[in-house]
Amino acid sequence: MIDFEPTEEQELIASTVRQFAEKEVRPQARECDESAKLPSATLQAAHELGLVTNAIDEKYGGGGERSALTAVLIAEELAWGDLAIALAALSPSLLAIPVADCGNEEQKQRWLTPLCGDSFVPGALALVEPHFAADPFAPRTSARADGGDFVLEGAKCLVPWIEGGDRVVVIAQHDGALDLFCVPRDAQGLTATPERNMGIHGLPTVELSLSEVRVPRDAVLADGGPDAGRRLIHRGRVALAAAAVGVARAAFEVARDYAKQREAFGGPIAAKQAIAFKLADMAIEIDGARLLTWEAAWRLDQGLEAGREAALAHRQAQRVALEVADGAVQVFGGHGYIRDYLPEMHLRNARGFSCFEALSLV
Amino acid sequence: MPISFGLTPNSLNAREHYHRMATEHMRPLSRKYDDREHEVPVEWVDYFWKEGRRGPKRVDLSGPGDGFVQVCVQAEELCWGDAGLYLRMPTAALGGSAVAAAGTPEQKERFLAPFRGDGAPVWGAMAITEPSAGSDSAAIQTTAERDGDDYVLNGTKIFCTAGEGASTAEGGFVVVWATVDKSAGRGGIKAFVVPANTPGMRLVGCEKKLGIRASDTATLVFENCRVPAANLLGRAEVKKQDAKGAGDKGFKGAMATFDASRPIVAAMAVGVGRAALDFVLEELERREIPLRYDASPHVQTAVESCVIDMEAELQAARLLTWRAAAMMTRGKPNNLEASMAKAKAGLAVTRITQKAVEILGPAGYSKKLLVEKWMRDAKINDIYEGTQQINQLIVARRILDYSSSMLR
Repeated sequence: MIDFEPTEEQELIASTVRQFAEKEVRPQARECDESAKLPSATLQAAHELGLVTNAIDEKYGGGGERSALTAVLIAEELAWGDLAIALAALSPSLLAIPVADCGNEEQKQRWLTPLCGDSFVPGALALVEPHFAADPFAPRTSARADGGDFVLEGAKCLVPWIEGGDRVVVIAQHDGALDLFCVPRDAQGLTATPERNMGIHGLPTVELSLSEVRVPRDAVLADGGPDAGRRLIHRGRVALAAAAVGVARAAFEVARDYAKQREAFGGPIAAKQAIAFKLADMAIEIDGARLLTWEAAWRLDQGLEAGREAALAHRQAQRVALEVADGAVQVFGGHGYIRDYLPEMHLRNARGFSCFEALSLV
Repeated sequence: MPISFGLTPNSLNAREHYHRMATEHMRPLSRKYDDREHEVPVEWVDYFWKEGRRGPKRVDLSGPGDGFVQVCVQAEELCWGDAGLYLRMPTAALGGSAVAAAGTPEQKERFLAPFRGDGAPVWGAMAITEPSAGSDSAAIQTTAERDGDDYVLNGTKIFCTAGEGASTAEGGFVVVWATVDKSAGRGGIKAFVVPANTPGMRLVGCEKKLGIRASDTATLVFENCRVPAANLLGRAEVKKQDAKGAGDKGFKGAMATFDASRPIVAAMAVGVGRAALDFVLEELERREIPLRYDASPHVQTAVESCVIDMEAELQAARLLTWRAAAMMTRGKPNNLEASMAKAKAGLAVTRITQKAVEILGPAGYSKKLLVEKWMRDAKINDIYEGTQQINQLIVARRILDYSSSMLR
């Protein structure tokens, strides 16, 4: 049956996160962008809400409520508050989901349990590569077996590198398949160079160079089946689509509110069709992108193949986020270009979705 | 029910049923009746009247199940077949919706029974637009004057879909919008059921159009056309509009039927868009050009990128449509969502079908294929049942919380 109504429980979670985003996240957004520093108290508060840990199995101290649909509702609300803070707050998923989906029992005990403790523990995933025309499904970073170990070789970029984490999940090619390796951040041969990006200033990311990085066999997340790496990338696309919808909605609402109070030619500019129609198009496109995202998330939850739907959602949501953010700058006119207002930040953040992969997972 | 994107078995059956009907009974006639504009597509009309209208199973519009979403699924399949022939089906169509929404039980029985009967095919139609009143439907000039137990209609209606069948085939009817009091503005506008062949209603002819050529888009002239007062839909009394535009419930009620029809029209649009998109996808497969959904947008070829965008646009339009329909099934107000769906679908399929012609090159432009026809057919969805701009206006008012006088 076709239905577009979240469950009562999902509504409750979404409205809780919405309030959190409004009260705790949005007020920090500009400062976080300007200073390139994450508000650690906010990340801790997000952790205490259980935004990621709720999805982890009860066996390891989580809430046992895994649902990609719930996760996209959360991601949209948080990203509405601020994209950088949202990606940071949700970063434990970058460790939790690969381990939950591809780890063995011993690995789950070892890596999931610490995520569910009292303190926020960030995660990290290294998928995207810095060379031209990189394909996430065919990374150049490679792994070869050597004795009882694996040796990793290659380069990654856009890897979130938040203080307090001790591991990074590296996706590498091994025998033509995508394999996942849970690597200590301080492993020999691993060099992290901080990046500076156009947007998401608050989220520290690094370019990662892997030179003869030796990891033991028990660092391989090998229990996910042959398609695990691919499915993980789909999960990333769905998560990012939801975040893009959140950014778009934020830009739209800021523009709408501004247009209603900004007066020109004797009335609010929102009462002019040139502005009103632009806002209407934004609202329509945002809803369309959200429904595509929900459909992809629903397919993941049903265990159905979701590659196509994830790609459609990811693509549509990033286009919409960029167009809406650009439209918001335009509605603000000259003020939209000024860093006292949010639209210019939304525009810089929205642009990133075309190269973001697996910066968050559902 | 939680969020779910799986159609019920009933909807899936219906989809299969109507897909077969579209494939077997519509597609083979598509080119013929695109070429022979103004000819009645007798094969289709006869088939539909004798067999097509009977199956597979009535949809329970209030649920459980997919309700109006299933209606959207059916409309999509048939318009995937042929949008012009779809509009030529002998059904009560929009006129029927108006009677169903605003009619008394007696009126429903009197006007809708012939559509269930075994006589000759009948059509229903709705006549709103006039030569000088399109989107601004409150500006209509057709008058209805009370005379004893009758109303007397005078005026000209254009762009009346299915108007030829509805005005000439005995048993059918045209729902005509007319004002009983011009000084009352929108409050004076009422809807009248004018049975086929009523003296004073004259079919002037049908338009020559860009697309949907199998559909009879009629001009009807009303000259002292007399209908019984019992044919008025809704209340007779006129409420004067106050400054805020309140007091025009009759007009608003009439406009509310658009909330029900717009998702269906959006679904029809999606059907035309899908026809073109399906063709492109099959053609790529024939030429062994793969579509790599997994590849990042920056490494996809221009064709991949273009086609995947078309798919995303079409699916976004379809989901917005289903959302508006699902709200209707649940009896929720869907004015905003219906306009969103219609605005999105109309524009999306206009662009998708234009892109399809472009991708296919000269073959797309040639009348050997139907793609060029689908492009011409698609454009109407951006215009009728509220233009793109009218729907943007409705959406804008809703999201800004502005009245129609604050945002014109």
